[in-house]
Amino acid sequence: MVSQSALERPPPGSQANGESGGSPIKLAVKDLTISYGKTVALKGVSLEIREHEIFGIIGPANAGKTSFLKAVNRMDLFSSGMRVDGEMRFNGLDTRQLNNLYALRSRIGVVFPLPVGLPMTVYDNVALSPRWRGITNKAELDVIVQRCLTRAALWDEVKDRLNALGSLLSGGQQQRLTIARALSQEPDLLMLDEFSIAVDPVTTMRIEDVLKELRKEVTIILVTNLVQQARRLADRTAFFLNSECVEIGITEELFTGEVKDQRTRDYVEGRFG
Amino acid sequence: MTSANAEMFQASGLNKRNERVQNSYRILFGLMTLMLITPVLLILGTLVAKGGGVISWEFLFTAPTDGMRTGGVLPALLGTIWLVMVALLLSVPIGVCAAIYLSEYAGDNWFTRTINLAIINLAGVPSIVHALFGLGAFVIFFGFGTSILAASLTLAVMTMPVVIVATRESLQAVPQAFREACWNMGATRWQTIRRVVLPNAITGILTGVILEVSRTAGETAPIMFTGAVFFTPFLPESVLDQTMALSLHLFVAATQVPGIAEEVPFGVALVLIALVLTMNSASIAFRMWLRGKKKW
Amino acid sequence: MANSNTAPGVSVTAGGAAAFDRRNFDWYVDKAVQAIVFLCGISAIIFVLGIFVFVTKEGVGFIFEHMNVREFFLTPYWFPSDADDPEFGILALMAGTASVTGLAMLVAIPFSLGAAIYIAEFASGKTRETLKVLVELLAAIPSVVWGFIGLVIMNPLIIKWFDVPVGLCVLNAGIILGLMAAPIMTSIAEDALKAVPDRYREAAEAMGATRWQVTYKVVLPAAKNGLLGGVLLGVGRGFGETMAVLMATGHAVNIPDSIFDSVRALTATIAAELGETVVGGEHYQALFTIGILLFLVTFIVNLSADLIVRGIRKG
Repeated sequence: MVSQSALERPPPGSQANGESGGSPIKLAVKDLTISYGKTVALKGVSLEIREHEIFGIIGPANAGKTSFLKAVNRMDLFSSGMRVDGEMRFNGLDTRQLNNLYALRSRIGVVFPLPVGLPMTVYDNVALSPRWRGITNKAELDVIVQRCLTRAALWDEVKDRLNALGSLLSGGQQQRLTIARALSQEPDLLMLDEFSIAVDPVTTMRIEDVLKELRKEVTIILVTNLVQQARRLADRTAFFLNSECVEIGITEELFTGEVKDQRTRDYVEGRFG
Repeated sequence: MTSANAEMFQASGLNKRNERVQNSYRILFGLMTLMLITPVLLILGTLVAKGGGVISWEFLFTAPTDGMRTGGVLPALLGTIWLVMVALLLSVPIGVCAAIYLSEYAGDNWFTRTINLAIINLAGVPSIVHALFGLGAFVIFFGFGTSILAASLTLAVMTMPVVIVATRESLQAVPQAFREACWNMGATRWQTIRRVVLPNAITGILTGVILEVSRTAGETAPIMFTGAVFFTPFLPESVLDQTMALSLHLFVAATQVPGIAEEVPFGVALVLIALVLTMNSASIAFRMWLRGKKKW
Repeated sequence: MANSNTAPGVSVTAGGAAAFDRRNFDWYVDKAVQAIVFLCGISAIIFVLGIFVFVTKEGVGFIFEHMNVREFFLTPYWFPSDADDPEFGILALMAGTASVTGLAMLVAIPFSLGAAIYIAEFASGKTRETLKVLVELLAAIPSVVWGFIGLVIMNPLIIKWFDVPVGLCVLNAGIILGLMAAPIMTSIAEDALKAVPDRYREAAEAMGATRWQVTYKVVLPAAKNGLLGGVLLGVGRGFGETMAVLMATGHAVNIPDSIFDSVRALTATIAAELGETVVGGEHYQALFTIGILLFLVTFIVNLSADLIVRGIRKG
């Protein structure tokens, strides 16, 4: 209910709203419920994410944010015990009736909070996805690797040791390597889950700038526990709490007090969470 | 005050007794360990002392002579190599694939438990029953006759659990996060296994394969009626030939050849043990070297 | 309402979506690999069934045509190659297997449990690693070599020490089999002890218990099932051992009165006689019938060991 009314309302005339209002819907979710055995991680969420917007999801731990991202990527098929009900359409296509699940995932880049540098060279880490797409030309791969590493604010640190093992980089570097890998997919939709957890503030700001740039090319879902980060980046923001989507609205409105639910105000003002 | 003192005193007395009990158990169990290991080492020492003299290049590279009473072990050694190689060709691909299924695809359900139980049974069924199976299935039913092929198939079925268990362990040692990272990028399960899981498990798999070589080379009963013969003057030329084998040769030399020179069976035993233990030590050394190498 | 607004948008992007949602080469490769790997996965089941089917196929003729269950299990007369009146009683063979396996377990169980406790709970660092490697190497010695040891080393020793005419007997085979089974039981038992979480030990030690008290009161009870499973697997191994008992028992059909009597085991009988039988003949089929018996017994032993070990994981 809440989500629908938030969407119906024509967004007030900020730049962000002008764009997202007119663009087609990238991801439509209806009555999404995720459960692990008897534990419900998320229930009855409906929302729509438009092309080229940055959609923020905020909320305390265990609110179901990460489960939501996993469901979008249909990771429930690969993790036993995870159950997803409801409807989900990516580019208008029902993700429950796909011919090629892998093609869906290759269109969606994900960065989870725990950095994973794969045990191969830094170069191979980033070239992995392009190679799977069939790009074998070395020069072409070089360009992609450099571009993705630069965007992930990692190029300067690793350009002299592209042959080092990705899994032996420092935690912060592995996090940015993970981001570079997600970018190397040239995704339609980029989902970031608390990407700044292992990264220092200066690097975080650099990546945030890149995200603002990327907005022109991809749709971004930004899950974060830093409400200010959502405020800086997101066009619209959803607030998840205790397995529920409490509220969805224009980000700025959540922060300036135009909220329907007291809990949202309490959270963004830092009274809990 | 006084009661507290008394308690402390008592406690320390108890501690001393506990300490004594503890030490006597330590010594008892230590002795048991020694008694388990020492006789075997003594026996191995005796084998080396009695058979060491006969080992020479000539012993390894000539055929038995004088009705097997003297001469070397060449046909048996070559036969064992044939048997092991053919058995590996059959069991390693199937075993590795089975392990991939169990580690990467199988869920935690009754079906997987049945497969695991079957693997335990394959390893636990008496070797002579494997021999009967090999005879009934490969020699008679499939018509391979007594041949290297039939014997190796029997050995392959019998030792496959070694490869499966070792491979499954090394596959499972690869962190799940690596797989999920690949899946999230749109990699198929197979792409993930090929690019990330197998390269990081391959050395562990090799360890298992070496271990299997050592197991296969020592088996006797399964090949007795399926492909190995007491004596043949010919070296094997194809998988449909019969062959001699070191393990069976030891049995024959020890029990079936009257008037054999006393040191010959010792020499055969020594060659067989050396072969088996070298492979086994190589596998252990390889495993330890692996443990030292950190990739994540 | 939201739907009616977005419908055109949906239909526009649906075309683009369908473009990527196509099964490509990689998808088919993935499916093919999954099928292959699955087939290999169930091969273990197929092989176990195959063993049962083929051994039964060769032996079933005897069971239905010649076998007298009472005579087979309850008489000790095994004269399979008597031309006029062959007799197939496996009581003596079972007694041989049982006596040798029993003695072997008497040797192996205490020593391997003791060694496992020492390695897992008392030894540390280099000693521990060395002992583990030694035990693993001992487990690798082929059974025909053990048989050879029984024949040429134990035999004269037993004759000399106990002043008996023949040293190939229950004692010889029992010791050989015990030494053979012990390393395997030691490593399984050690695994079971190591599977007990360290926090149990730490909690007990924090209360001032000594290593032995911790082992006796905490670790052993917690590892009970794993240890029992290990013992059962050792029994299965001893029961099914062929070459060593063939060479070390003396191979005389006999219900033993003392540990110095020669006996003959079920497994060894097959190994010794199968080569001389006519394929499909009565004797041949009788040997396969013994094979069925061996298969069933080890199957039950392995199954129970598995169920017992699984018991700890649940508990």
